[in-house]
Amino acid sequence: MKLTHLLTSAALALGLTSAAVAQDKTKVGFIYVGPIGDGGWTYEHDKGRLAVEAQFGDAVETVYQESVPEGADAERAITQMALQGADLIFTTSFGFMEATLAVAEKFPNVKFEHATGYKTLPNVSTYSARFYEGRAVQGHIAGKMTKSNIVGYIASYPIPEVIRGINSAYIHAKKVNPDVEFKIIWAYTWFDPAKEADAATALIEQGADVILQHTDSTAPQAAAEKAGNVVTFGQASDMGEYAPFPRVSSIIDNWAPYYIARTQAVIDGTWESTQTWDGIGPGMVGIGEISDAVPADVKAEALALKAAMAEGSYHPFTGPLKKQDGSDWLAEGEVADDGTLLGMNFYVEGLTGEIPN
Amino acid sequence: MLKLEKRPQPSQLWTWATPVLAVLITMVAGGALFAALGQDPVAAISTIFWQPLFGEFAFYYRPQLLIKGAPLVLIAIGLSLGFRAGIWNIGAEGQYIVGALAGAGVALAFYPAESALIFPLMVLAGAVGGWAWGMIPAVLKLRFGTNEILVSLMLVYVAEQLLAAMALGLMKNPEGRGFPGSRNLRQYDSAHNAELITGTGMHWGVVAALIAVIFAYVLLSRHLLGYHIRLAGQAPRAARFAGVRPARLVLFCLGTSGALAGLAGLFEVAGPAGQVSIDFNVGYGFTAIIVAFLGRLHPFGILLAGLLMALTYIGGELAQSNMGLPAAAIQLFQGMLLFFLLAVDLLTNYRIRLATKEVA
Amino acid sequence: MVLSSIDPALLLASLIVASTPILLAALGELVVERAGVLNLGVEGMMITGAICGFAMAVNTGSPVVGFVAAAAGGAILALLFALLTQLALANQVASGLALTLFGLGLSSLLGQGYVGIKPPPTTRLDLPVLSDLPFVGRVLFSHDLMVYVALALVALVWGLLKYTRAGLILRAVGENHEAAHALGYKVVRIRILAILFGGACAGLGGAYLSLVRVPQWTEGMTSGAGWIALALVVFASWKVGRVLLGAWLFGGVSVLQLNLQAAGVAIPVEYLSMSPYLITILVLVIMSADKSRAPGSLGRIFHASQ
Repeated sequence: MKLTHLLTSAALALGLTSAAVAQDKTKVGFIYVGPIGDGGWTYEHDKGRLAVEAQFGDAVETVYQESVPEGADAERAITQMALQGADLIFTTSFGFMEATLAVAEKFPNVKFEHATGYKTLPNVSTYSARFYEGRAVQGHIAGKMTKSNIVGYIASYPIPEVIRGINSAYIHAKKVNPDVEFKIIWAYTWFDPAKEADAATALIEQGADVILQHTDSTAPQAAAEKAGNVVTFGQASDMGEYAPFPRVSSIIDNWAPYYIARTQAVIDGTWESTQTWDGIGPGMVGIGEISDAVPADVKAEALALKAAMAEGSYHPFTGPLKKQDGSDWLAEGEVADDGTLLGMNFYVEGLTGEIPN
Repeated sequence: MLKLEKRPQPSQLWTWATPVLAVLITMVAGGALFAALGQDPVAAISTIFWQPLFGEFAFYYRPQLLIKGAPLVLIAIGLSLGFRAGIWNIGAEGQYIVGALAGAGVALAFYPAESALIFPLMVLAGAVGGWAWGMIPAVLKLRFGTNEILVSLMLVYVAEQLLAAMALGLMKNPEGRGFPGSRNLRQYDSAHNAELITGTGMHWGVVAALIAVIFAYVLLSRHLLGYHIRLAGQAPRAARFAGVRPARLVLFCLGTSGALAGLAGLFEVAGPAGQVSIDFNVGYGFTAIIVAFLGRLHPFGILLAGLLMALTYIGGELAQSNMGLPAAAIQLFQGMLLFFLLAVDLLTNYRIRLATKEVA
Repeated sequence: MVLSSIDPALLLASLIVASTPILLAALGELVVERAGVLNLGVEGMMITGAICGFAMAVNTGSPVVGFVAAAAGGAILALLFALLTQLALANQVASGLALTLFGLGLSSLLGQGYVGIKPPPTTRLDLPVLSDLPFVGRVLFSHDLMVYVALALVALVWGLLKYTRAGLILRAVGENHEAAHALGYKVVRIRILAILFGGACAGLGGAYLSLVRVPQWTEGMTSGAGWIALALVVFASWKVGRVLLGAWLFGGVSVLQLNLQAAGVAIPVEYLSMSPYLITILVLVIMSADKSRAPGSLGRIFHASQ
């Protein structure tokens, strides 16, 4: 208890002095789980940070710490940032959840934004993106473009987000190609180029001519390029250096609009704890330029699908849909609710293989 | 020409001076490195070494030194016993993980019951888990002559996969919405490895580390087994004549270092880390090796070395967020520290002389 | 059946590619250990080679220059180890570990500007008739240059150690450095040269990862390959031919595990991922039961006045 008092009083003192000095900069901090040069997840978060700097100029000062391991080190890094006077801190990985909450309790005047989490406090919000909307577009293109009818999927960890992505892609591939089959490899990593390259190669050797990935490096694109006629999609960032082939499109994490909006809210004093889950519409999920390697009609359909999701007239999980074990899930026209989606732990009907554990 | 002449006895003066000298040289070299990266070297060095101890928020960082240093010291003490005897346990990271899994497993099995017995049971489980994992290379070495360095190291990778399996499967939090990771043990009062005196960072792991330091000191200086350990390392053949049985030493050293590493893992998972997650292990098992050498394999030296290493970690993080120094620079810095220590260590055992022409 | 979806020709070809980095590193380490020095810093040397090779290849546009730079980078790092253990007479285990740590940090630092960049492609061999042969063509004749360089190196090292005087002297130094010194051989010099060779080979192995196998630069991309190479040397009982077999075995297990997953085989993923390491241990045990001993002076510090 004593330490908490000390910290709070230190923060208050700092806050008072900084407020007294001038109506000065809002300090926005970012805690990254990987290096900003990873070309994927952290890279895109950092782009969001740079967008905040560009938008607000001198009114805002940003700080960041990269490659923060989850656990006690995360708590220290976040506390450090709070002690140094941050007003708003973005913690950009699920694994920072407990640390964020622990620090938030000690610094009630600092606002926290936790990515992909689900626990909130009066000064903690959560935010995530509806990546499954992007997967729907990818699945559609994959189903149309595959000639061998085998689509390879490099999955990371068996968590709801990844399972959602697999299901969404499969549903839309199957819609346009009833013979399509998905082969899934669980890489148990978010970012390990060597392993991803091996996984991609293994899938290609098993006959896949389209590769989808939920891991963040460009290694699968390189493996696909080496193999020749394999289609891939960029993940987390555009991976445009592999366009127009093998990368025919991508899902781009676009955090800038959200980050700018939240920073503005702190500056205006209107910040409140919210749980945001945005998709293509608000701009959080970007679909990378569909290259010319995709046939014109497929491209048009994909763009139409994207537009429908953007305006909210189409939801990727719309019934009739059954679960893998045959039981009914969604009736005709019924749309999946967010709760089920957030905790998704089952495959839809048609997918072979089991979710680990 | 400079010549190296072996000293009849390791120099007392240099035994204590070398770590200090190594630290000073590393500060200079590190400063040069930071300057090459475009940072103010003095500011960087002072951020790393001075700020956490005496800076503005030192009241927060000083306890963090204990939190970060305790597992390092605990593991390093165990390792030092083996290293002195020439038994190389490189797999402390794996023993740390297995100890944590064993202890957390006990806690989760009892959840949600509350009892004062749960924590001691967890501690026991952690020690036994680490001990068992350390026994594998020991038994293989004794039975088949397999090199313990490689076996213990391979077991680290196996333990990491086991950790992933547990975090995603058996130990996954049923109320966690499908996300990986176990329950948060910090919210489970009977299992929480809390601070004994709030605000000091002193949890049971710190206490255990201090006890281990004293235990190791007494063992090495007063006990026959400690004498055997020291002898086996310095004069293996004489040791055999003195009645040292290598098998006993192997079992003792690998077992003890495994148990201590397992304890460190348990205290960490029940305390600062709080849950079994895929990235639970952060390399303490390997850093402890540096700590052991930095402390000259001496218990009190290890205590100081562990705190110093913790300082470089915490100061390094501070430098990262305040000065934008890349994380890799700090890793390099720590590697340099060990390098310079090993180089300077020369002076303890050898005297540098100018070679004179000898009369034929 | 499910397993029929795995094409054995492609599997074997992947196996050979997967085994090349550890083959190169293990070969270098074998020479070093035959000279009586235990260099645990293979991981550090490999990753330094990976970034040096990558950086030079990207800057000059030539993968060959990259590989040469990688060998040089690995050798320079090994030089630090050599100075520490041969001249400053430091403990070899600790020095090797320090080298690993140092190498990991150094490579991360050097690699800061190179993440996410595509390196220039390394040419694939395309022999007119041989590459088109049905099974053998894909497995043996369609690889990139470094695979063949590695295989040639295996033959070279084997021949040198077994049939030349230089090889004999190296082995003598490794077996009993006191006797070798008494016979007038420059123990320290020979060991330093061996260490440099080991560093160069490890560097080449690392560059293979960053320039061919992945191909990309990431921090810590070797992911323990250096340690596997060390295990390989022990597994091979310090014999060159067995290093080749061992490398294929390890390469094979890691490739097979992914293929089994893709084929839908129902073994839990974590156990499949553990398998390369468990198999390493198993093999180490079996090999230690074999009476082949390590070089007599392995790991012991040599100082002429002793």
